[in-house]
Amino acid sequence: MRYNAYIYILVMAAVSYLIRMLPMTLIRKKITNRFIQSFLYYVPYVILSVMTFPAIIEATKSPVSGAAALAAGIILALAGANLIAVSAACCAVVFVAELIIF
Amino acid sequence: MNKKDFLSGLRDGVPVGLGYFVVAFSLGITAEASGLSALAAFVASASNLASAGEYAGFTVIRENGSLIEMAVMIFVANCRYMLMSAALSQRLSPSMRPFHRFTLSYFVTDELFALNIARQGYVNPVYAYGTLLASAPAWAVGTAVGVLAGDVLPGRAVSALSVALFGMFIAIIIPPAKKNRVIAGLVAICFTLSALAQYAPLIKNLSTGTRTIILTVVISAAAAVLFPKKDDEGEAQNEV
Repeated sequence: MRYNAYIYILVMAAVSYLIRMLPMTLIRKKITNRFIQSFLYYVPYVILSVMTFPAIIEATKSPVSGAAALAAGIILALAGANLIAVSAACCAVVFVAELIIF
Repeated sequence: MNKKDFLSGLRDGVPVGLGYFVVAFSLGITAEASGLSALAAFVASASNLASAGEYAGFTVIRENGSLIEMAVMIFVANCRYMLMSAALSQRLSPSMRPFHRFTLSYFVTDELFALNIARQGYVNPVYAYGTLLASAPAWAVGTAVGVLAGDVLPGRAVSALSVALFGMFIAIIIPPAKKNRVIAGLVAICFTLSALAQYAPLIKNLSTGTRTIILTVVISAAAAVLFPKKDDEGEAQNEV
């Protein structure tokens, strides 16, 4: 290790915090520009979708079990299941699917 | 009222905490490979609260990188949090005391951002602290346990638990997509482009974090141009 671990960690923490703190504290007003407003409205949906797929089929031991979890999660969420239920069902589906596969 | 909000934050934060623990556990294995002690890994996780960012940071440590390299790496890996913070800034009550901005910004993570922005109306700091308290300790402890215990958890369990966080994302994006066709279309487009980006020449060589940033900016900007939000929706950004 080139530097003390805690020096590295200090740099990591400082950058991580500033990235989050500056937009939150500097943007004090309601943004009126319609484009920026719409852009920020869509960001959460887009970023969560982008991070979910294909990552979910790569996280599991087999892409099949990940895909099954994705399908099960979407169906349950459409049916109105809550956050914990959807999340737990996805895990259960992977577990069962991998018992069958392997 | 405040107590009730805090408790519902705690409750919603529990599944996040469980998911965090598992992910943090595997992150701890990376930390150990980089030569970090359990305590250092705990401090890193408690102070950063960032999965991809910490992973990238641990790689820099392992490769004896410079501090500048570390700063740039963390900036790129965590850049998406700038977008999330900017989005959150629009959902803060003007009457909220200013110090909350400094504390709330500490825990803009994928999962806690999702939980907090999914609520109706202004972000409620008390609820937010509840979600933090139920989840962040699990993240920090999980990393330390990962350093100490390595791979004692059976592979089957790790594989099953690894989709916990994705299940949560699905539960957040699908209900609004059911109500709003633009969002439904966006989700489908995001899945497709994200998969393409994974295999497309050149783009696939970028880090996952960078690809996420590029895709998010491009797709959200296109959606904003093609389907601008109506003005009268005003504060009603309450579906996500």
